[in-house]
Amino acid sequence: MEWDQSDQEAIQIRVEPQDFELGTEYERLRLRSNSSGAIVVFTGLVRDFNAEGAIGGIILEHYPAMTQKSLKAIAKKASEKWGLEGITVIHRVGELQNHDQIVLVGVSARHRAAAFDGARFIMDYLKTEAPFWKKEVTADGDAEWVEAKESDQRARERW
Amino acid sequence: MIKVLFFARIRDQVGCNELDLELPETVSDVGAFTDQLKQRGKEFSAALSDPNVLVAVNQEMASSQTTVEDGDEIAYFPPVTGG
Repeated sequence: MEWDQSDQEAIQIRVEPQDFELGTEYERLRLRSNSSGAIVVFTGLVRDFNAEGAIGGIILEHYPAMTQKSLKAIAKKASEKWGLEGITVIHRVGELQNHDQIVLVGVSARHRAAAFDGARFIMDYLKTEAPFWKKEVTADGDAEWVEAKESDQRARERW
Repeated sequence: MIKVLFFARIRDQVGCNELDLELPETVSDVGAFTDQLKQRGKEFSAALSDPNVLVAVNQEMASSQTTVEDGDEIAYFPPVTGG
């Protein structure tokens, strides 16, 4: 694999339609985490059901000018709070099928507690602050906006 | 001019993505700006009266007290559901 200068940036954020490969992202993060003893990588997937029954994929809309900025601010906050060495956040947009990968959050830290907590902190903030909106495609082919969950708000307030 | 953006359900409700509007002299914060927008019709009034609607000014989360200046970008959207 070839690396350019940007591969060494501590915080890397990508918002794009294309899929990602877990092993590649893990390796990229590991290669810029020389002082870390732990890496936690979380991935979020499209479920094949909602409260009403089966769904046929989702459509993810976002506010392009703000998503990058918002994810970067969340990553910075996590980095300061947990002393993280490297952070990767990838969020896909557009049309996704059931079981597709939606989001990846990877963090490296000296010790595992900071890595687990840092990754969770980023996901909890992303869920409540980053401007993405999901539409679920229903069995009859319509698409309906997903309602925000109270439990996501509570998860964020824990921190 | 103020660039106003609407996303997701709010865009569907008001029926447009984007508006370019003059900033009225009497308007200096998000609350007053939103009140002006509601005057544009019942779709706007209904969509923007929902207490859960979020507002960002220049791509940062804002409140009704946030200052608005000429040249700002103001976006309205529902609670986020990414991840």
